[in-house]
Amino acid sequence: MNTNLYNYLLGIADNSLILGQRLGELCGHGPSLETDIALTNISLDLFGQVRSYYQYAAKVAGDNRDEDTIAMMRPEREYVSVLLVEQPNTDFGYVIARQFLFDVYHYMFLTELQNSKDETLAAIAKKSIKEVSYHVRFSSDWIKRLGDGTEESHARIQNAINDLWTYTDELFHQTEADKEMINEGVGVDTSKLKEQYYKHISEVLNEATLEVPDLKYFQKGGKQGVHTEHMGYILTELQYMQRAYPNMSW
Amino acid sequence: MKKEWPLWEVFVRSKNGLEHRHFGSLHAADAEMALENARDVYTRRNEGVSIWVVESKNITASNPEHNAELFEPAQDKVYRHPTFYDLPDEIKHM
Repeated sequence: MNTNLYNYLLGIADNSLILGQRLGELCGHGPSLETDIALTNISLDLFGQVRSYYQYAAKVAGDNRDEDTIAMMRPEREYVSVLLVEQPNTDFGYVIARQFLFDVYHYMFLTELQNSKDETLAAIAKKSIKEVSYHVRFSSDWIKRLGDGTEESHARIQNAINDLWTYTDELFHQTEADKEMINEGVGVDTSKLKEQYYKHISEVLNEATLEVPDLKYFQKGGKQGVHTEHMGYILTELQYMQRAYPNMSW
Repeated sequence: MKKEWPLWEVFVRSKNGLEHRHFGSLHAADAEMALENARDVYTRRNEGVSIWVVESKNITASNPEHNAELFEPAQDKVYRHPTFYDLPDEIKHM
């Protein structure tokens, strides 16, 4: 099996799986009916995209693994999602800040992935980018509304941005699999997106009357399977059914 | 939420060529948010190709108390319905 391609696929898919799971926690708990539905819609978009990646990964693996076992049955250390997406839904500000910091990256990433030499990946990217364009619009709008809103909303969203900023740099770290796939013209060279990412983020934050954090030290580890304390709880909930009732299906 | 956002009415065109129909209402801070909320609440199962929103306070509604004078006089005027023609069998969809 092409281990690099397999790991590369997990690197993309795990981010969306864990973020989708986080957003799913808000089902029935959103601050208003409208935002509740919007956030769980985004969650479902992400799960839909994730299925395509895991189905493809199962094909690449070529053994008895399928999309469900790949998504549900791995131990924590084998999930390679970035630390940003597992951060908790502390308040609506954190939910929006996390979404915004990920969406902008996700959109830029998929834009480039459409040019992948791997036709399956290019096709998934082409299909997903329409959904992700909407995600960026949704989270950017909310950044502006909260930042330029009341004193309370401004303070909360600034606080969330400051707290989550330390997880942004990891989006651009490259694993061995990433580097191999970039060399083969399959993967996206994320190092080329970094400057544009921070420039765009800063523009939106400025428009929202928010300050761009000035930070020298960034957290990392998720891409190597070393997660924050939140990850175990997410996986417990995510994997519960498959672990309690192995091979169950609806 | 302690302070409720204003109420908006949502009209969705299901297909090109059809008229916009009233789908329901929702809360939003302004028109732009109302459009986005409408997209999420009413068109996520592929229901529409176009959305109108209008703030509910801008709609002038007839008063139900006036229903008698407004609508009942129409009930006994059968001649206002084109029911007195014999349609040829070849004409369908009338």
